[in-house]
Amino acid sequence: MNEGANHFELMGLPIAFAIDAEKLERAYRDLQSRVHPDRFASASGTEKRLAMQWATRANEAYRTLKDPVGRARYLLLLKGFDTGEETNTSMPADFLMEQMELREAAATARSERDAPGLEGLRSTLEESRKDMLRMLARALDADHNYDAGCSLVRKLRFFEKLDEEIDDALELLHEEEEAR
Amino acid sequence: MAYSEKVIDHYENPRNVGSFQKDEAGVATGMVGAPACGDVMKLQIKVGADGRIQDAKFKTYGCGSAIASSSLVTEWVKGKTLDEAGSIRNTQIAEELALPPVKIHCSILAEDAIKAAIADYRKKHGTTETTETTEKPGLRAAD
Repeated sequence: MNEGANHFELMGLPIAFAIDAEKLERAYRDLQSRVHPDRFASASGTEKRLAMQWATRANEAYRTLKDPVGRARYLLLLKGFDTGEETNTSMPADFLMEQMELREAAATARSERDAPGLEGLRSTLEESRKDMLRMLARALDADHNYDAGCSLVRKLRFFEKLDEEIDDALELLHEEEEAR
Repeated sequence: MAYSEKVIDHYENPRNVGSFQKDEAGVATGMVGAPACGDVMKLQIKVGADGRIQDAKFKTYGCGSAIASSSLVTEWVKGKTLDEAGSIRNTQIAEELALPPVKIHCSILAEDAIKAAIADYRKKHGTTETTETTEKPGLRAAD
């Protein structure tokens, strides 16, 4: 195992947004079994510590690459681009307007205890998210337009938040249902 | 995490929540969003013929600190000129609301929102910062 390898290299994957999910799973399982504590039961303290470090690295690489947004962010970082999620607040106005309307719709559905409405919102959201991931794949792998990639990662964060809100609202409705 | 009393006050009794009609005279809109936390903020100002902000409204989807920051800014900007309102810094907001370091981005969002609203006004009315003081920004000098 190469000390300086990035997450993609560690998993034996090409450095690209589109990945072979099965290959990632296999590589992760393989790495895990090679550094599993059981195999180092009788090893020296140094070896145990090293195995643990590799296990941590493998976990981090797997988690990062498995999540499309995390993978895109990491890939952009390797290309020298900061997604600016903490600092960039100037999203396109029409995008923000749409986000606001979606948040409003979610809040209304929540207060009206409209579970089907929330479910509908979630599937609409899922469709938009898929579109956006396709655009991200094109921007990163085909066009090498990393600025566009950064912008798409930022947009996807708003989708994650909205998705969380809808999940929370549905969970709450479910709990109320059960309490009755 | 504990919110300060001022944050709770603004959160429970937010000032100036709502919207103006977009095409109403003197109205300008600033929309900003924070990807890291998914907060979305809309801040509108209504500028009078004297170039001062008569009224301000906001709508924020976000945490208590984001709501409090935007609520506070709408209070602060009333009666101010655009230049004065544009000089509000997030550090002032954070200080007033006693925001903890992890919530500083909420105050940055509010600063960016008022700046965006001012920029929108200037774009609509063709005024710049320098002509602002010599011309009446409420009137469309360019038309």
